[in-house]
Amino acid sequence: MASTSPVAAAGAVATAELAGRIPAARRRDMSGAIAHAILLVSVAVLAFPLYYAFVISTQSLDEVTTLPPKLVPSTHLIPNYADAWARAKMGRLLLNSAIVALAVAIGKIAISLLSAFAIVYFNFRGKQLVFWTIFITLMLPVPVRIVSTYQVVSVLGWVDTYWGLIVPLLASATGTFLFRQFFQTIPDSLAEAAQLDGAGPLRFFWSFLLPLSKANIAALFVILFVYGWNDYLWPLIVTNTPEMRTAVIGIDSLIPRTSQLPEWNVAMAAAMMVLLPPVVVIVAMQRWFVKGLIETEK
Amino acid sequence: MKRTVFPNRWLPYALVAPQLAVTIAFFFWPALDSLRLSLYRASPFGDRLIFIGLGNFQRLLSDPAYFWSAATSFLFSALVTVLGLAVALLLASLANAKIRGLAVYRTLLLWPYGIAPAIAGVIWLFVFHPSFGVLPYLLSFVTAYQFNWFLKGWVALVLIVVAAIWKQFGYNLAFYLAGLQAIPGSVLEAASVDGAGPIRRFFAITFPLLSPVTFFLVTLNMTFSFFDTFGLVHAVTQGGPGEATSILVFRAWKDGFEGLQLGYSAAQSVILMLLVVALTAVQFRFTEKKVTY
Repeated sequence: MASTSPVAAAGAVATAELAGRIPAARRRDMSGAIAHAILLVSVAVLAFPLYYAFVISTQSLDEVTTLPPKLVPSTHLIPNYADAWARAKMGRLLLNSAIVALAVAIGKIAISLLSAFAIVYFNFRGKQLVFWTIFITLMLPVPVRIVSTYQVVSVLGWVDTYWGLIVPLLASATGTFLFRQFFQTIPDSLAEAAQLDGAGPLRFFWSFLLPLSKANIAALFVILFVYGWNDYLWPLIVTNTPEMRTAVIGIDSLIPRTSQLPEWNVAMAAAMMVLLPPVVVIVAMQRWFVKGLIETEK
Repeated sequence: MKRTVFPNRWLPYALVAPQLAVTIAFFFWPALDSLRLSLYRASPFGDRLIFIGLGNFQRLLSDPAYFWSAATSFLFSALVTVLGLAVALLLASLANAKIRGLAVYRTLLLWPYGIAPAIAGVIWLFVFHPSFGVLPYLLSFVTAYQFNWFLKGWVALVLIVVAAIWKQFGYNLAFYLAGLQAIPGSVLEAASVDGAGPIRRFFAITFPLLSPVTFFLVTLNMTFSFFDTFGLVHAVTQGGPGEATSILVFRAWKDGFEGLQLGYSAAQSVILMLLVVALTAVQFRFTEKKVTY
């Protein structure tokens, strides 16, 4: 879907030339220039708020509060970031976010791989029931059952723990669904060959299925990491000490409210630190991110 | 269906066990428990539950504030989805040309997806800030109207709509662009030779051929604006001013965890569940009938 077809492109050029009107090359130049202009403006408009936030995070309090707003970086970058780091205990917050995001991503990939393997490669009593039990979760996201989920976590004694932050987010079938779809496209002959060679199911899973699933694992990883890092509602509910907060909710205390000193420079420094990791993951793993977006939302 | 299966009696159960355990503990149990809780209310001291039948639902449906929340949610979701997609489609159509550097543009468009809604909200909060923000400053040259979202509900709504669209816009555009590039140019050229103008070509050919992309993006944007924007509302407006940005998920959280009205909040969860089930049903019908893949 994301790739352009060279055949179609060649076809378009050929038809245009056959039509024999405006020379195709010149028309392409024009539309190409328009396209570049539109895309450049879009990219700039999208980037502006981030640039603005960055600029604010480098200014002193005086610069932040003077009009007209200054739109060039200033010299207070280091003190602002140090201030945000110390006041919000950013080290701990970022560590918590990293633990939650990685555990959600890896945990969900692991349990999804195993259950998809069972569903595709085994016949067992109650398989249909298991299948529907798992897949019905595709329908209801976490926010529609918050109170009761909290009560379960509280009965387990998991309030304000990493377990409580992580495990409830694993209860969704997107990963299982993705791997099931993928396993079904793998030819039967592969499993047959493995069986003839005397490989047991776990050997087959480890030596054949897992290496073949690399791209899907990477795709799911990006989506889940971003989800785990950015989730707001659940950590807000399940944590109640500053030490267990994740970064997206932990920096709330730095956002100046009306009656407070308008230290937006410090707030923006904190915001920049929190938004950087998931953005870096998306940019670095872009190919898999696009694949993941398409596969998980289908 | 695979024909090759591994003969093993207990292994498949062991393999699905983790997922089943998590699903039952954190999906089925809470979902059923929400149904049960929605029929109770907490006693004045919060120490026990009193059965009140459909009392919570009656109270919800006769509460104008709840209707206001529902209306706000739908308006918010519609604005984010329709505006976001319309602008993205317009720009993508204008920018649809075989050009160099599309991969670079894609990277530069996709990164905002990684920003948490709450963080996006905080950044836009400052852009909109009545005293120091760049936007009210620029607007002050045009009009004396005070765009103070601390006081004016509609400005606060615009603020969260803009922040939400900003976060989604890049990939809306990237996906439309990819969809457009996949439409064979020969089809459009043929229509052009037949005398169809650009607008006619767009509505007769391009738009229908893009329906899978549109459908995918509508689902994504609606789910996002309904459920994932809780952080945006919580971090930025706290549902206010007044009740202006109190979307359904925010209200359910507030009544449950700040107001400690568990039954009342559970009833709201049940209504949200029904809503999601209805939307999914519509989605399935739509996938089967209307969309050409």
